[in-house]
Amino acid sequence: MASNKKYWKSVEELDENSSIVETLRSNEFVEQIPVDEFLGDKENLSSSSTSRRDFLKYVGFSTAAASLAACEGPVVKSIPYVLQPEQIIPGVADYYATTIADGFDFANILIKTREGRPIKVENNNLEGARSGANARVHASVLSLYDSLRLKKSKIDQKDSDWNAVNAKIKSSLEDAKAKGESVVVLTNTSASPSTDTLLANLITKYPNVKHVVYDAVSESNALDAFQAVYGVRALANYDFSKADVIVSVGADFLGDWQGGGFDSSYAKGRIPKNGKMSKHIQIEANMSLAGAKADKRIPLTIANQKQALVKLYNVVSGASVGTSKIDKYEADVLKAAQQLKAAGSKGVLVCGLDDVDAQMLTLAINNQLNSEAFNTSNAILTRKGNAKEVNQLVSDLKAGKVHTLLMSGVNPVYTLSNSKEFVEGLKKTKLSVAFSMKEDETAKVASIAAATPHYLESWGDVAITRGNYSIQQPTINPLFDTKQFQEVLLSLTDNATSYHDYLKSNAPLNGKTWNKAVHDGFVASEASALTATSADYAASASKLASAKSSGMDLVLYTKVGLGDGQQANNPWLQEFPDPITRVSWDNYVTVSKKDAEKLELENWNVANGGLNGSYADIKVGNTTLKNVPVIIQPGQAVGTVGLAFGYGKKESMKSEMQVGVNAYELYANLNSNLSASISKASGEHEFACVQLQKTLMGRGDIIKETTLSTFVKENSEVWNPTPMVSLDHKEVPATSVDLWESFDRSTGHHFNLSIDLNACTGCGACVIACHAENNVPVVGKSEVRRSRDMHWLRIDRYYSHEETFAGDVELKENAHGLTSVIGTLKDMEDPSENPQIAFQPIMCQHCNHAPCETVCPVAATSHSRQGQNHMAYNRCVGTRYCANNCPYKVRRFNWFLYNKNSEFDYHMNDDLGRMVLNPDVNVRSRGVMEKCSMCIQMTQKTILDAKRDGRQIKDGEFQTACSSACSSGAMVFGDVNDKESQIAELAEDKRMYHLLEHIGTKPNVFYHVKVTNDK
Amino acid sequence: MKKVGNHKSFSRIFFSLALTLSLSLVSYSQDAAMADAPVADAAPATGGDAAKGKELFNANCAACHKLDAKATGPALRNVAEKYEKEWLYKWIHNSADLIKSGDALAVKVYEENGKVAMSAFPQLSTADIDNILAYTSEPLPVAAVAAAVPGTEAQGGGSGISNNIILGALALVLMMLVVMLFLVGNVLNKIAKANGIEAPVKEKSLPLWKAFAKNQFLMVVTAILFLLVSAYFAYGYLMQIGVDQGYEPIQPIHYSHRIHAGDNGIDCKYCHSAARVSKHSNIPSLNVCMNCHKNIAEVAETTATEEYSKAFYDEQIDKLYTAVGWDESTQSYTGKTSPVKWVRIHNLPDFVYFNHSQHVSVAGVECQTCHGPVQEYEIQKQFAPLTMGWCINCHRETNVKVEDNEYYTKIHEELSKKYGVKQLTAAQMGGLECGKCHY
Repeated sequence: MASNKKYWKSVEELDENSSIVETLRSNEFVEQIPVDEFLGDKENLSSSSTSRRDFLKYVGFSTAAASLAACEGPVVKSIPYVLQPEQIIPGVADYYATTIADGFDFANILIKTREGRPIKVENNNLEGARSGANARVHASVLSLYDSLRLKKSKIDQKDSDWNAVNAKIKSSLEDAKAKGESVVVLTNTSASPSTDTLLANLITKYPNVKHVVYDAVSESNALDAFQAVYGVRALANYDFSKADVIVSVGADFLGDWQGGGFDSSYAKGRIPKNGKMSKHIQIEANMSLAGAKADKRIPLTIANQKQALVKLYNVVSGASVGTSKIDKYEADVLKAAQQLKAAGSKGVLVCGLDDVDAQMLTLAINNQLNSEAFNTSNAILTRKGNAKEVNQLVSDLKAGKVHTLLMSGVNPVYTLSNSKEFVEGLKKTKLSVAFSMKEDETAKVASIAAATPHYLESWGDVAITRGNYSIQQPTINPLFDTKQFQEVLLSLTDNATSYHDYLKSNAPLNGKTWNKAVHDGFVASEASALTATSADYAASASKLASAKSSGMDLVLYTKVGLGDGQQANNPWLQEFPDPITRVSWDNYVTVSKKDAEKLELENWNVANGGLNGSYADIKVGNTTLKNVPVIIQPGQAVGTVGLAFGYGKKESMKSEMQVGVNAYELYANLNSNLSASISKASGEHEFACVQLQKTLMGRGDIIKETTLSTFVKENSEVWNPTPMVSLDHKEVPATSVDLWESFDRSTGHHFNLSIDLNACTGCGACVIACHAENNVPVVGKSEVRRSRDMHWLRIDRYYSHEETFAGDVELKENAHGLTSVIGTLKDMEDPSENPQIAFQPIMCQHCNHAPCETVCPVAATSHSRQGQNHMAYNRCVGTRYCANNCPYKVRRFNWFLYNKNSEFDYHMNDDLGRMVLNPDVNVRSRGVMEKCSMCIQMTQKTILDAKRDGRQIKDGEFQTACSSACSSGAMVFGDVNDKESQIAELAEDKRMYHLLEHIGTKPNVFYHVKVTNDK
Repeated sequence: MKKVGNHKSFSRIFFSLALTLSLSLVSYSQDAAMADAPVADAAPATGGDAAKGKELFNANCAACHKLDAKATGPALRNVAEKYEKEWLYKWIHNSADLIKSGDALAVKVYEENGKVAMSAFPQLSTADIDNILAYTSEPLPVAAVAAAVPGTEAQGGGSGISNNIILGALALVLMMLVVMLFLVGNVLNKIAKANGIEAPVKEKSLPLWKAFAKNQFLMVVTAILFLLVSAYFAYGYLMQIGVDQGYEPIQPIHYSHRIHAGDNGIDCKYCHSAARVSKHSNIPSLNVCMNCHKNIAEVAETTATEEYSKAFYDEQIDKLYTAVGWDESTQSYTGKTSPVKWVRIHNLPDFVYFNHSQHVSVAGVECQTCHGPVQEYEIQKQFAPLTMGWCINCHRETNVKVEDNEYYTKIHEELSKKYGVKQLTAAQMGGLECGKCHY
């Protein structure tokens, strides 16, 4: 029905006499458009040089010209060297041995350079090298190309040059000497003998100079204890391969405890050989990497850990110091003590309690055991910090007693809990100098910010242990106008030699030539064992025994990703998911489930797959850290919470990387074991967590796991059964059924990758090595949250619902009836309070019968005779069928262009950061699927080298980025057609199994059944 | 840079047409001048054999000395007139001894030439030295004057009565004939009109195109043909996008492979040494050029061609000296360099992995297989299309060079048994797999 409504344009229409209404009826506009103004003036118009026609002509011609110009192909310029350096051949990589020593991480490494650019870190596998580069060391090559580095020294925030800086420091030192006022040099642990000598020379020249060593994450108590017993400021070294029973009290020795680097010796003892493997008991509060690998894990509060340590001491040494009972775990602790005692010299105790008495007892117990794994002759020298002296310095500064303060490699304004007092004191000095790579918090407030080079641009020497003298050599010319701290020390002591010459003439080379030492990267020597002096252990024990907890224990720790936080602007490390929580781009307080319920703290998943959590406020003493995101951590001891260092940094950081909270604010007196109170805060936090499913739901075939006694006693069919499938209504082994004709792979190479779940510690060095080798892009927090992370290699972490994974399987099998099964399965999604944990590195499994290949409409992914599943990026049209059809979910899609795109402002967006790219691997574009290639560029290179030399390939020559980065020996790569190779042997091992074998994909990656020591 | 197309040949024709008449005389006279140039065979004043001397000079002295220009050592033309013969013998046999003995002249010569010690030549007999001196005493050949004759002007018609000229003349005659025919026809028509003769009028039949348009069958067939042909050309056009076969850009220095690899027979891998061990075959760094060009500051007369004169080539060497910072007068590096920005010719896309050493060192493929007869190229150009089809084709047809390579022993034995062939192609070895070149 037609409407009779009338619509009015305005009130004016009601007035019939209105002239406007009349005008509007005939004209569109009330007033004439004033075209006459510009068209009426005919004279002016005709004299105008550009007529309308001319204008159109210009537009036409310029468009045509532009489109014609666009038709021409781009002209690529190629500029050769004028004088080509002898050792550089374009396209051929050079390797240089050097040593990383940044005050937190120390390792002998090799640097791969291409056309003069360092692009990757490799382990130095020479006999006697202190290798074992962790994720941070692998990522350190990217920190060299940090676009926010300090490019020029600054005096009072203004660019300056080195002459002015040197002159200013020198005159200040002279002034202080004349006035007899104090000068302090505050450094990190350089572990550099030459730097120590140079500092000693400085002190000889200026007797009023004092050297204070400050480790951001302090081991002061352990150092004090070791010094009290052995007279040397060092840390004991441990060789876990020599231990049958390992008891750890709060020591994450597979993480960063006392400098880390123990995983390779630990992994050696953990692979069952002749029915034997080491037993590992972990007593701790936070869920750590070491705790995740333990056969028996006992979650205790700090006070209870101290009690446990005294109990261990009592049992091992036969003392009877009175202790209080540890409720639930008393029996477990006593059993551990008995096992440790029974092992005798084959037992070892490590301790991470930040308490000098606890450290004393550790030394006492190991001495009592006469532990073979405990070693003082090769004691570790990479931590020297002295908490007392640092505290003294802060109070001196505050009192205005310090005339000049030189700082090198430290960032106290960020890392000190009392940084406000420090800054206050800094302003009272006549001169403060921060030698720093970045204009960080300290460099910002110091009067001089002196630009120092990255370790890959520096000369240096490092004594990592007593039997090690390592050499650091530059692998690239300094990128910026930087100078080493040592160079400045030399000029301050009026020494005209360069630091390189100084180093060369003073290095203790132990018979090696300088060139040989630089080539190897280190000189090994024998040092005699230190003798223990007597100490009052009983007093320590009784002091420990009186420990009582008050409130909540806060245990501060370092994460595998960021460590002490000096590489916080490194996008690889930020995007690296924590091995335990699988959360990237954040730190958080870890709370046990029980405490979380009490405090009403929650974690929940939202619709887009993201993980959200509550906020909490943490109060230590008078300091409160507000709005700390909460993660409910299975295995966290009730009554304790954990928080990681290294986050919450703001200065000279890209805005995307300014994430997390600064735990250093709570680090009172440089002690990581604190008493805190925690309360819920409002708001919810969005995490970027890459794994939401926590448990295996009793699917024992994904991570096959058994106990040592079953492993020894039973047939492999019991603990490593071949999966069965139904064929013609008969159960047959899955390996015997196949949809496809098998391809003959008996000739040439056939690559396999073996991953031993017993040896894998989840350290993540492989993840970063893979990033570096394969130009894997960084996508940022919000994209990771949307499950669009690009990691080619991920390390899945699973918790058990029962105490063990075996318990899960049993529980699931025993559930009958629909309601019971549903109920059980629902329950099984939650991990246990103290779960067993397993790590499983997953990359493309390179299936011989790959489901992805059959669904690709353009044949972009195809199979090779050598066992690698190829991916031709230029052929891919981005249907993502392959990713959907992949049972292992290892394919990654480029949802965006991640390079040269300001939306993703990470290293691939600036010229400097792109220098780290590997020129042998494609940088993928938007809309393309990518995945692990089994480092085909590396295998092809190995083959080509052999062809050129006209020789057979030896075992061990084939490597992938992950297998060569794996210092625990969990990943082994090679050619199974070479029957004498290690990989061929591993493929025949009874522990070998394929992932999801029953679906018949026949992967070229295989795993080894995890065995836990139940004895 | 532009691709150099065929316009050169057109311009040549026009140029020839224009110049044929005007310049033919010049070119004749030039030939005459060449013929009249005196041949330098004047009797040597010193009594040696200049021909033998030349040989000896080239073998022993040319590394450091030139006749008319300073090189590492001084210019040697007429050196016999400057010094006593006996003194020269001594100097050549062992100059260092002579200087040490305190001979004033020797010390003076030594110091004048920047204290560069001259190697001793005890193996040269006095007769040999006489021969060399005879060669150095030859007068400067007057033939060099020929260089002064402007070569550029004569370039177009330089070859005398060439085909171009004949063709041009014929075209001219034909055109005149056409014009004449037209004129004659007009005149005849006029005469006929004037005389009132009516030309018989043809009866108009249906025009051919109309008949064609009416025939539906023909129309359909033509349409199909038209579509097919246009599809063919469209396909051809699309397929050549990004294929730069024949790309011949103008380079900052006119570097002639013809002179280096062709005339002088320098091995490709002397300069492109990285091809042996690297994925890249490098553009040689300038210090490699200077290995030879320290001594070769100008090209020989015979190197110049019709198209490019000696002066032109010498200018290119000067460009090299500027780039590398070589001061010819002091025979030393100034340290001021300006790297050469070559225009890259062979440019594979980033998603293709190609390794030179695999092909050059392992497979022993000749450089010319992919880069064409480089030794004949005056200007380097892209010889092969560098398409995937071209790569694959070669992999299918080429046998793997397995001889004397222990790497291949086992794999060749097994694979040849499997395929039942004696020689394996690269494809049978797995050379067609995607991931071998794309990662």
